[in-house]
Amino acid sequence: MTDATLNTMEKPRNQWWDVWDQFKTHKGAVAGLVFLIFITLFVTIGPIIWDVDPGKLNIRNKNLRPIYMALFDSEAKTAWANPMGTDNLGRDIMANIMQGGRISLAVGWTAMILSVFLGTLIGVLAGYFKRLDGLLMRFTDLVLALPLLPLLLVMMLLFRDPLRAAFGPENGIFILIVVGIGITSWMQTARIVRGDVMALKEREFVLAARSIGTPSRRMITRHLLPNVLSPILVSATLGLATAIITESALSFLGLGFPSDFPTWGKILFDSVDRMTQFPERVLWPGLAISLTVLSVNYIGDGLRDALDPRIRGQ
Amino acid sequence: MLDQTSKPLVSVRDLKMHFPIHAGLLRRRVGVVKAVDGVSFDVMEGETLGLVGESGCGKSTCGRAVLRLYDITSGEITIDGEEIGQRAQGKLREMRPTMQMVFQDPQASLNPRMTVEAIIKEPLDEHTKLSESEKREKVAELMDAVGLNRQFAKRYPQAFSGGQRQRIGIARALALNPKFIVCDEPIAALDVSIQAQVVNLLEDLQEQLGLTYLFISHDLSMVRHIATRVAVMYLGKIVELAPREALYDEPLHPYTKALLSAVPEPDPSLATKKERIVLKGDVPSPANPPAGCNFCTRCPSVMDICKTQEPEYFEVSPGRFTACHLYQNTNDTAE
Repeated sequence: MTDATLNTMEKPRNQWWDVWDQFKTHKGAVAGLVFLIFITLFVTIGPIIWDVDPGKLNIRNKNLRPIYMALFDSEAKTAWANPMGTDNLGRDIMANIMQGGRISLAVGWTAMILSVFLGTLIGVLAGYFKRLDGLLMRFTDLVLALPLLPLLLVMMLLFRDPLRAAFGPENGIFILIVVGIGITSWMQTARIVRGDVMALKEREFVLAARSIGTPSRRMITRHLLPNVLSPILVSATLGLATAIITESALSFLGLGFPSDFPTWGKILFDSVDRMTQFPERVLWPGLAISLTVLSVNYIGDGLRDALDPRIRGQ
Repeated sequence: MLDQTSKPLVSVRDLKMHFPIHAGLLRRRVGVVKAVDGVSFDVMEGETLGLVGESGCGKSTCGRAVLRLYDITSGEITIDGEEIGQRAQGKLREMRPTMQMVFQDPQASLNPRMTVEAIIKEPLDEHTKLSESEKREKVAELMDAVGLNRQFAKRYPQAFSGGQRQRIGIARALALNPKFIVCDEPIAALDVSIQAQVVNLLEDLQEQLGLTYLFISHDLSMVRHIATRVAVMYLGKIVELAPREALYDEPLHPYTKALLSAVPEPDPSLATKKERIVLKGDVPSPANPPAGCNFCTRCPSVMDICKTQEPEYFEVSPGRFTACHLYQNTNDTAE
């Protein structure tokens, strides 16, 4: 009798709550999520509250140390107006880190999404359709064999000016860098996904779906993609890290954003020369990059576990 | 035994399924594995045709080929009056609801990322235009029919035991009210106690819904329990096909005799008396079958003709088919 009432009463619980419950048990993932939310708010809301122009030069107040240096060294030049100090041209470092974080995170996420999308698409097509396999994988090998940094440099030289003319200096460079990083880092994802899809394709549940008459398109979205989610998530988290670091490297080589346009990587490389005198200028952007990458890695880890019904609820 | 009024629902003529072997640097085709090599049989409406044979003889391939899960090499397959042997996969889609399959490994045949409800609902999503709530109601009915608790609908397959998973597989196969179900060793991966449950469930469903089964198994006693007629396969060919009683009481083909003599005898006093026919040697490779009869390398009553000439598959007496030279010339010796 109670069973009957339960049957009619029971409204099935939304499965995303189960995912969230499992995610919460992964302490690292929760810490990572908190940090990622913090850093995202810091770079998006931050400049509204701390509305100092990051590009404004103030030669009189150059080379200010962060205010906490006053605790160790009473002779250090500090000022409350620049809590994290200023650089050798007197620009406020905190405003720069906020502005740089915006660009770095935007580049990192967009390039990662682009490369994971490309990698998954090519991997699934190559793994599922036997006819495309040879062609797509040889193409992947070809791109893998290219020396990437010189290729990026050539791309920058060739396309920088037309894109700048078309989309404006900032957007043009942004598109160029995102596309450049995206199309040179999808190969690992493609190979991993292809291998997994090929293994899954031979499983009986795929055969069962074929006996039902599921067309290829839904076979991929319903049966294959959910089962290759774990490797995709892992390569996505690694991809975000690589994208931020590649952008830094490009900025360092002078082929990224223009010099008055801060990114975390660029602040870092600009400060390397005076690292011994002003360690904080390397420390803060470096810490921001590492912690962002680390937090995304942990979130990916937790998400992978939470989305796997075999792990969930155990 | 054989009801003359019943008509064949499925008829297979000279079905061949050859898999190419590629080798070498250029992946050139160097030969073929003749997994199924010229198989013909009919399955009458409402009956269960048992398909037995040892591992690797092509039983499962045959079952899958009949449902056109493979693109067959040659042959004709007629299901419910429609010839589907050479039809393109895309055009087969509308035929799929008529023919379904229950798989061997209940663990592997269910997508671990889908809930039970989603798994059973998939055929309904593909082939019907029911609303979400109608589909959910139909899923609950199917779960009742195979003896699963409705409240487990939102759980994932790994939360179930092997027998329960096989029930999920059966519910999925039943979702579209098929006429013909290929059961590909549905009980091989289950405990003996669960095997009986699943087989009884299959029998009950057959009675209620008038299903027709092609029951593939290597368990001879289980086939004896469920099948109406039995076909014995050896190395890609059917060597004997007969009504159940006739086949078990008086096997014709030497291979069937050997196979049946290997069935364990539960009575110990009879077991010691029983003479077993022990076959020597291995099954030849299906990539390189022997000349003449496939069984000639191991046959206890081999003749000269067996090594040169392939025996024809013919009707020895009404309803009994075999492919053996022993019965070819002297039809009257076989009863």
